[in-house]
Amino acid sequence: MTDVLPSPLSLCLAVLLAWLTIGVVGISRPNNLRLTRQLFAIGAACGAALAVIAALSLTTPTEQYVLALGLPDLPFHVRRDALSSVFLFLLGAASAGISTFAAGYFREGQGTPPGLLCLEYHAFLASMGFVVLADDAYMFMVAWEAMALSSYFLVTTQHRIPEIRSAGFIYLLIAHLGAIAILLSFGLLQGGSWQFTFDAMREARLDPIPASFAFLLALIGFGAKAGLVPLHVWLPEAHPAAPSPVSALMSGVMLKTALYGITRVAFDLLAEPIWWWGLVALGIGLFTAVFGVIFAAVQSDMKRLLAYSSIENVGILFTGFGLAIIFKGVGMPALAAIAFAAMLYHATNHAFMKSLLFLGTGAVLHATGERNLGRLGGLIHRMPWVAWLTLVGALAIASLPPLNGFVSEWLLLQSLLFSYEVPRPFVHMLLPLGAALLALAAALAAYVMVKFYGVIFLGQPRESTLHRAHDAGWLERIGLIWLALGCVMFGLFPTFVLGCLSNVGEQLGFSGLELETGSWWLLVPLADREASYAPLIFLGTATLLVILTIYGVRRFYHQRVRLGPAWGCGFGEFSARMQDTAEGFGQPIRHLFKPFFDMKRDLPTPFDTEPRYRVVVGDRLWQLLYVPLGRLVQLAANSVAWLQQGRIASYLLYSFVTLIALLALML
Amino acid sequence: MNVTTWILQVLEILAAVAAAPLFLGWVNQCRAWLQNRNAPSVLQPYRNIRKLFHKEAVIASNASQLFRLAPYIVFGTMVTAAAVIPSLGTRLPFTRAADAIALVGLLATARVFLSLAAMDVGTAFGTLGARREMMVGFLAEPALLMVIFVASMISATTALPDISERLATQALGLYPSLAFTAVAFTMVLLAENARIPVDNPSTHLELTMIHEALLLEYSARHLALMEWASALKLFNYACIGFALFVPWGAAMQQTPLALLAAIPALALKLLIAGAGLAFIETVSAKLRVFRAPEFLATAFLFAVLGLLVHLLLGA
Amino acid sequence: MSLPLDLQILNSLAALLLLVSFAMLSQRRIVTLVNLLAFQGALLCAATLLLAWRTGANHLYVSAGLTLALKVIVLPWLLHRLIRRLDVYWDTEPLLNVAGTMLIGLLIVVFSFGLAQPISELASTATRSSIGIAVAVVLLAFFTMITRRKATSQVVGFLSMENGLFFGAMSATYGMPMIVEFGVALDVLVAMLVLGVFFFQIREQFDSLDLQHLEALKEDR
Repeated sequence: MTDVLPSPLSLCLAVLLAWLTIGVVGISRPNNLRLTRQLFAIGAACGAALAVIAALSLTTPTEQYVLALGLPDLPFHVRRDALSSVFLFLLGAASAGISTFAAGYFREGQGTPPGLLCLEYHAFLASMGFVVLADDAYMFMVAWEAMALSSYFLVTTQHRIPEIRSAGFIYLLIAHLGAIAILLSFGLLQGGSWQFTFDAMREARLDPIPASFAFLLALIGFGAKAGLVPLHVWLPEAHPAAPSPVSALMSGVMLKTALYGITRVAFDLLAEPIWWWGLVALGIGLFTAVFGVIFAAVQSDMKRLLAYSSIENVGILFTGFGLAIIFKGVGMPALAAIAFAAMLYHATNHAFMKSLLFLGTGAVLHATGERNLGRLGGLIHRMPWVAWLTLVGALAIASLPPLNGFVSEWLLLQSLLFSYEVPRPFVHMLLPLGAALLALAAALAAYVMVKFYGVIFLGQPRESTLHRAHDAGWLERIGLIWLALGCVMFGLFPTFVLGCLSNVGEQLGFSGLELETGSWWLLVPLADREASYAPLIFLGTATLLVILTIYGVRRFYHQRVRLGPAWGCGFGEFSARMQDTAEGFGQPIRHLFKPFFDMKRDLPTPFDTEPRYRVVVGDRLWQLLYVPLGRLVQLAANSVAWLQQGRIASYLLYSFVTLIALLALML
Repeated sequence: MNVTTWILQVLEILAAVAAAPLFLGWVNQCRAWLQNRNAPSVLQPYRNIRKLFHKEAVIASNASQLFRLAPYIVFGTMVTAAAVIPSLGTRLPFTRAADAIALVGLLATARVFLSLAAMDVGTAFGTLGARREMMVGFLAEPALLMVIFVASMISATTALPDISERLATQALGLYPSLAFTAVAFTMVLLAENARIPVDNPSTHLELTMIHEALLLEYSARHLALMEWASALKLFNYACIGFALFVPWGAAMQQTPLALLAAIPALALKLLIAGAGLAFIETVSAKLRVFRAPEFLATAFLFAVLGLLVHLLLGA
Repeated sequence: MSLPLDLQILNSLAALLLLVSFAMLSQRRIVTLVNLLAFQGALLCAATLLLAWRTGANHLYVSAGLTLALKVIVLPWLLHRLIRRLDVYWDTEPLLNVAGTMLIGLLIVVFSFGLAQPISELASTATRSSIGIAVAVVLLAFFTMITRRKATSQVVGFLSMENGLFFGAMSATYGMPMIVEFGVALDVLVAMLVLGVFFFQIREQFDSLDLQHLEALKEDR
């Protein structure tokens, strides 16, 4: 096969180049909307091609190229192994759906012209691909920064609105903090060889202490991109600001590049992770998961809600990551392999379901012009396609069987369940409690999704303008269908998926998954534990039962139906205003998790002629961490400010002193 | 995998579906006796369901397809759960399709559809019920999972039939961990099935109801299916409890005779459990909705204590 | 599991002791708190009796009797009388909400179980696995004292702590020497009486048993 066809790596590079070309073609005609739309469709096809190439290349051996690009003596190295393939697949598959949707989505507006948007979008896609393929620190950082910048410009598409500019600023700031930490981590990883290729870093064999520092720096750096608490603040600002396809891409794919980075560092470049690193990652991950989902439950902006839900899922991913390190570090290979596979599985799942949900909100936003949950409702009647497809995503992200979110959650719980066998004091008692937190996060995710879906699509329309809402166009529908199909398929064929992921783990020194005890329809991840799960049977039986019941009821009884006004305990007049608002639905959470929130409430008094109720739920971390930090920086800046004298002579003096100092240093 | 076992499996499912309202009737009867009321017949739930099936369905004009589909989905999910739980025999083929964690997921699916359907018509009570139901759900789920964890730690598996078999065949003894988790499980059962300390199944007082608020807009055959599904849910929970804590008596072969012999054992367990449930409901008072989290936190505490005690004492 | 039946019962009693400690942690009614203390004493007495029967150590019978007399009968009776005379039936709002208290309590249990593991590997008694529970009971009682404001509930916490220590000594070395045990029992009794007197004095002074008022005694700087 290799003789006839070009290697997968060159094909992947070709796709990335094609994306860049599409971008360049787009910018050549900046205001041609028709062309841009066609370009997005071609980009989607490229994405699908990338997904196919990556999926087929999962089992092929690792390949490496040195590109004739870059600086003199510092050429770009690229490498594709099974881990890269997983993330390339994720990028290709998710972007295929998102680009198709985007082809029908972008319209004329203020803000960035469509051609420029096309360039930024495709540069963003290509840079994510290059991040995953990079094989030296130099190229990695170039691609990483290109990714950050292109996504920054995409976030600030509507740059005439001040809030969006400030959201973009926060995003850029934290992205750069993260980039610095990653750069420092690479500095430690080269281990004195001053060779910045990943191969040299693999050879470096660091001592435990520098290795730990390198890991922690990488955790901070990639954690900032992924949105781990307390570096999550940019997510809920940037996601609502960006156009929906961009939010989908950022949440679905870009957050995963951070996971890719930390995985690459921990399991490949550092080779032998120490078990307590896992404990750190797991602790932060679990906290992030619970934190994210609690905040998601009290949001009233639908895209903010999804952004917080992304934070939750990042937490779950890092929980799996931490578990894999712990199990690997203490020598429990079977469970380590499960946790690792569960993490990759969840990453893929989240790419599909979160993209689907963001695109769904995009369609709603287009149809209604409204992001606030309090002004939506009843859209299932107006936009049935979007509503039913979004339901798939909502159920998947609430980790309900037989969809995909459940499988990865189930695998994680399986590995957490047997964590009491970890031969470390305290840890073996605390880890099972972590499972409770994970279960809490999953159950709360279901709460959040009922709120999200119920308030937007069900019930009565809360505004009269909603009657004019229209369903999504056919390109948008195809994008949504593609992603929903992913959610279903990845849920129904877990054995197949895990078979592919097992190979990834083996390349990184995990033991393979023994899936032979099950069969293609029955998933048995741990042979000696006998836990099994058969989603196909689940779906088949449940569907059969539903059909049988419907048929039985119709056959033996009648099917008379009378339509009437809603009963509602016979209260008579019902208006759409009497439904729960988003704030109302979040009330139990606000009550139960009060210490988490920074709440400001305006309560009406009995004497108000126009009673108003308002609640603003803020993040305590702003007050506890960012505001003091900001003050500190301000203080430091002020103390440096006296240097600015405004006289040329003193500036010349500074230069002179610096020069002298440097020369003295040379002596 | 032969035809007999599949026929047995189907028969077991049918038996569970048929017996569920009977169990509910028994609980209601016991409750009436304990409260010095004239007890309704054990068969009353069947009569209710039959009556509802014959009625004409009235549906709110702004209800969507989801609203009409939900009763069937909820009922179908509950029947699937009944198939997975080893109530009569542990070797039936379907019990392999899901382990205990997947079972929890299945029950969560039913809950989500129930809540979504309640929000569909857009009345104040429906959304209120959905919100409370999901609240109870997210509090009960970690506790339930901890209960399952303790049982599966003792038996080193999460497959419900294997847990059941291993617990049934190991040496008899006192297991403080299992005792604690049994208490936790009972509390979860009460909360999840809308029984008294958390919800009152016979209330129609608007401000206190949870489960009833979800069903307010349903009538006739849809309501019948929902009621049947909730009876089945109670039955399922009871059978999960038996599988974890009173595993004796369930058939461990897949022969018809063994399964037949398991029926009286199951009936006896259900009789006692039903009476116990009625007793608990009679002696306790309904909690305010915002005390429910404390109730479930206590359940969680019991389960975690069970877990820790198991890790310390190995029992 | 192949432990003999008496050890199984002992383990179960130990687990119940832990449970009672949690119940005390969450209980706001002082009368119930005292009853729980009495119940804890009874559990302890049963455990001691069983251990005495198992090991044949006669001094354990004596200490079981002592536990019964002092911790199940005399001290709860004294406390009940005190509560009636002082007319304090409820502790005021706790310093921390119930869920938070429980969560910290669980972490304390994890900590003490982990702490006790190396110790119990050193001990040679058959009951060594329950040392962890004893440590947990002590620390939980301590934590109970921290979260309370009323002096009476703090005394109950103190007595519960003593129960934990006693149980720990029993599981680690089959009980303390007789003389020490008598001494401790006497100490507890005397402490109880002295504290009773103190309570009346505190109430005389502040018209309340709320220990917050004692904060006013510090010198202002």
